[in-house]
Amino acid sequence: MEKWHLMTIVVLIGLTVRWTVSLNSYSGAGKPPMFGDYEAQRHWQEITFNLPIKQWYFNSSDNNLQYWGLDYPPLTAYHSLLCAYVAKFINPDWIALHTSRGYESQAHKLFMRTTVLIADLLIYIPAVVLYCCCLKEISTKKKVANALCILLYPGLILIDYGHFQYNSVSLGFALWGVLGVSCDWDLLGSLAFCLAINYKQMELYHSLPFFCFLLGKCFKKGLKGKGFVLLIKLACTVVASFILCWLPFCTEREQTLQVLRRLFPVDRGLFEDKVANIWCSFSIFLKIKEILPHHFQIIIRYCYQENKCFIFIRFFSFCFTFLSLLPACVKLTLQPSSKGFRFTLVSCALSFFLFSFQVHEKSILLVSLPVCLVLSEIPFMSTWFLLVSTFSMLPLLLKDELLMPLVVTTIAFFIACATSFSIFEKTSEEELQLKSFSLSVRKYLPCFTFLSRIIQYLFLISVITMVLLTLITVTLDPPQKLPDLFSVLVCFVSCLHFLFFLVYFNIIIMWDSKSGRNQKKIN
Amino acid sequence: MAALGIAMGGGNWFSALALGVTLLKCLLIPTYHSTDFEVHRNWLAITHSLPVSQWYYEATSEWTLDYPPFFAWFEYALSHVAKYFDQEMLNVRNLNYSSSRTLLFQRFSVIFTDALFVYAVHECCKCIDGKKAGKELTEKPKFILSVLLLWNFGLLIVDHIHFQYNGFLFGLMLLSIARLFQKRHMEGAFLFAVLLHFKHIYLYVAPAYGVYLLRSYCFTANKPDGSIRWNSFSFVRVISLGLIVFLVSALSLGPFLALNQLPQVLSRLFPFKRGLCHAYWAPNFWALYNALDKVLSIIGLELKLLDPNKIPKASMTSGLVQQFQHTVLPSVTPLATLICTLIAMLPSIFCLWFKPQGPRGFLRCLILCALSSFLFGWHVHEKAILLAVLPMSLLSVGKAGDASIFLILTTTGHYSLFPLLFTAPELPTKILLMLLFTTYSISSLKTLFRKEKPLFNWLETFYLLGLGPLEVFCEFVFPFTSWKLKYPFIPLLLTSVYCAAGITYAWFKLYVSVLSDPPSSKTKKQ
Repeated sequence: MEKWHLMTIVVLIGLTVRWTVSLNSYSGAGKPPMFGDYEAQRHWQEITFNLPIKQWYFNSSDNNLQYWGLDYPPLTAYHSLLCAYVAKFINPDWIALHTSRGYESQAHKLFMRTTVLIADLLIYIPAVVLYCCCLKEISTKKKVANALCILLYPGLILIDYGHFQYNSVSLGFALWGVLGVSCDWDLLGSLAFCLAINYKQMELYHSLPFFCFLLGKCFKKGLKGKGFVLLIKLACTVVASFILCWLPFCTEREQTLQVLRRLFPVDRGLFEDKVANIWCSFSIFLKIKEILPHHFQIIIRYCYQENKCFIFIRFFSFCFTFLSLLPACVKLTLQPSSKGFRFTLVSCALSFFLFSFQVHEKSILLVSLPVCLVLSEIPFMSTWFLLVSTFSMLPLLLKDELLMPLVVTTIAFFIACATSFSIFEKTSEEELQLKSFSLSVRKYLPCFTFLSRIIQYLFLISVITMVLLTLITVTLDPPQKLPDLFSVLVCFVSCLHFLFFLVYFNIIIMWDSKSGRNQKKIN
Repeated sequence: MAALGIAMGGGNWFSALALGVTLLKCLLIPTYHSTDFEVHRNWLAITHSLPVSQWYYEATSEWTLDYPPFFAWFEYALSHVAKYFDQEMLNVRNLNYSSSRTLLFQRFSVIFTDALFVYAVHECCKCIDGKKAGKELTEKPKFILSVLLLWNFGLLIVDHIHFQYNGFLFGLMLLSIARLFQKRHMEGAFLFAVLLHFKHIYLYVAPAYGVYLLRSYCFTANKPDGSIRWNSFSFVRVISLGLIVFLVSALSLGPFLALNQLPQVLSRLFPFKRGLCHAYWAPNFWALYNALDKVLSIIGLELKLLDPNKIPKASMTSGLVQQFQHTVLPSVTPLATLICTLIAMLPSIFCLWFKPQGPRGFLRCLILCALSSFLFGWHVHEKAILLAVLPMSLLSVGKAGDASIFLILTTTGHYSLFPLLFTAPELPTKILLMLLFTTYSISSLKTLFRKEKPLFNWLETFYLLGLGPLEVFCEFVFPFTSWKLKYPFIPLLLTSVYCAAGITYAWFKLYVSVLSDPPSSKTKKQ
């Protein structure tokens, strides 16, 4: 690439921002007895280093699962083990069994932050750079600008380097998967995606589009000929990579089951904390947590035991999720295209986030990643979405005392997007990819010409709302009767946004090929 | 940052660059800060809580007020904002006080006063006509210049990590240079006089200002061959210039003269009791001199030419002591350094007088003055290299030769700032920022001058690449070797000697290019 130095500079900017954010506080800093995700990761290093592999996922006197028990797939555990070896080399106190609980020091923080940076540098950042280089139909400078915006996305930076997690690993693997699958290296792509799932089970949000896209590819090649061979190869790759990751746990049935039980805890609630998804927002009006189970208890008292009512809600949320992602997935299977794949990734992940069971507020990152990938196609809406997604994590980030980096990185991201894509000039129906949709609506409603203006106004209103809510949350104390008022408001507002985006992305997917046909007709 | 401006049309790329760097500065707030943070907090307290007559006598803290009066007034003004953040930081006895609000206030005061710097850069970009280049925005000299100035690595780490107020001071300097370029000489002189009373380190470049204003402003015409026309001397201009300088000085020092405190103020401003070199040797001529002395003494000991008992202990154990005693070479007195500095400056001053080349010539002379005093001055701070680096940025976008000198000077000068930040969390920050700035400056200037001969010859390339291994050795290898306890000063010594070579080379190269430049008749006569 002739502009390699520009790309270098962009990567360096991304790294600088990441490192400077990491100087701030992390989740649960100095907050015994449970601390936060930082302690969880440290604890996993302690567990994986000191206990034999068979005991990692089991409750024992050395491994209290109530205290940040390992609940991520094996790859995370291996990563922790690797970090633990380095930690042991630097300072054995950091991972000493039992005694290291709640260990905090400047040096240790530095070590933990460095592990995140290195993982990011090895997996996520190269994937972003490569992805931007592989983008078609745009100039080199646009590619560089695109990479800058993706690398500056504040949500991921703040969660990984502020709050403390290793999302860049799982998201990075997923991105390698997207990259492989769209460049027709299907086997490598599916291998990378399997690694992503085996690093963090939340990556299952992305699995359906992957599955549909690859299946569609096989169909396209003809199920009786090449397609079948490809299908077999893919299946083998997936199975082999899974077996490889799960090898130590495959030997006994009980081991495998226990890991699965840890990964998918059925006994947890509908949602945790305050999440900007349907259930949590809905609960403001219905108090879903109390009322729904109660009603169901009355209805199904004779059929089920009391605590099994969860199954119903489970079923309920499953139906919603399934229905909301069905059209996009069917479409992708029938007409597999690289562009459709990316948009389906967005809409599927968003459906899961909005409707599924037991969602974390951080799961919005799983939606943000594919949105970053379509940044160059629909810059205006993507930027908007990415801003909202960062905003939706406001309560969490405030708890971690990350207000300053949040504000700074968000503004920086906004400026980067606004200047490199000049988003405000790209709000016409064509730029929003809504041309064919509005054309087909206009057949029935000829006066439907105000769509792009409405979206502009909505953007303005939404930005003002977000800024105001942030200001209120930061400056005012909530009323005593409603201590969670502001965070619930934040969730509610974000949820409305996400619903709107779900509709929008589904419209784009469904009307996509029609526009292609129309263009052909015009040509 | 470069990519930030990519898709932007004409106007607002500058504000995007400025805003971008401001945000970066905000991110740097939680980084390490040096004792200079306490120095400025103490000055806030002194100016806020004591009457003017006490300012230069107060000595509760060891960090006494040793900047000229305007800076004291500046702190006084800041303190009136500070009281809304945290009243406690304004207490003189609250030594080493640093609450989170104090930190926020002090950091933001630097970031806000940098607005002057941003404005000055904007003005500089207007008046610098660099090489005509391609249509693309990122290849325009103005764009490159504004990145080089706004995102300057040295300024970022000295002001926003180490903590000082250089930003707005350099803003004043750049603004006065821009005014001279715009032929608004009186304004330029006024700004520089004000600047001198903010921080007296700028006295180093005062000769360039004095001679340039006298030669090109007070003499209104030249003979056709470029030599001076004595009868064109304008008394009005001299008197008005003198009046400006006098009025500014009176405003600054007058109150203390009235209080009969002038000797006390001056003794605070010019403490000659300090050693030849700062604790960490600035990469200048004396660093080379000291190193040579050490090498000679070691050789002397090996060959039994020196008596080990006569060698002062300190010089053998550490290079970190303030008073450095030479063993073989003659010791250096302040007067000697002053004479050396003056001798080093003289040719450039002569050049400015006899071969006036307009404001560009002035700028070159200014840089040479700054570099000469950096190389030969008494108790020079490594931070003083910024005095040469920032004005040199203005020259770098004009000619390929200047660009090459700029790159050598900047890269080595910036690298020599590394020991300022010695804490572990700042290590990645400084390396990343340095890489960022160096990659940008080298690649952009190479693109700008791609049609001319390469910017570096093999020796220079080799030298610059050598900085990488040096850094790896000093920060990553040396701490794990057994020498760490025995010779703790080796990384600092290596850094300053290595950088001193580069800076001396850049100084020499710049001198050669200034002296060998033919007096161009193309430049407009003043």
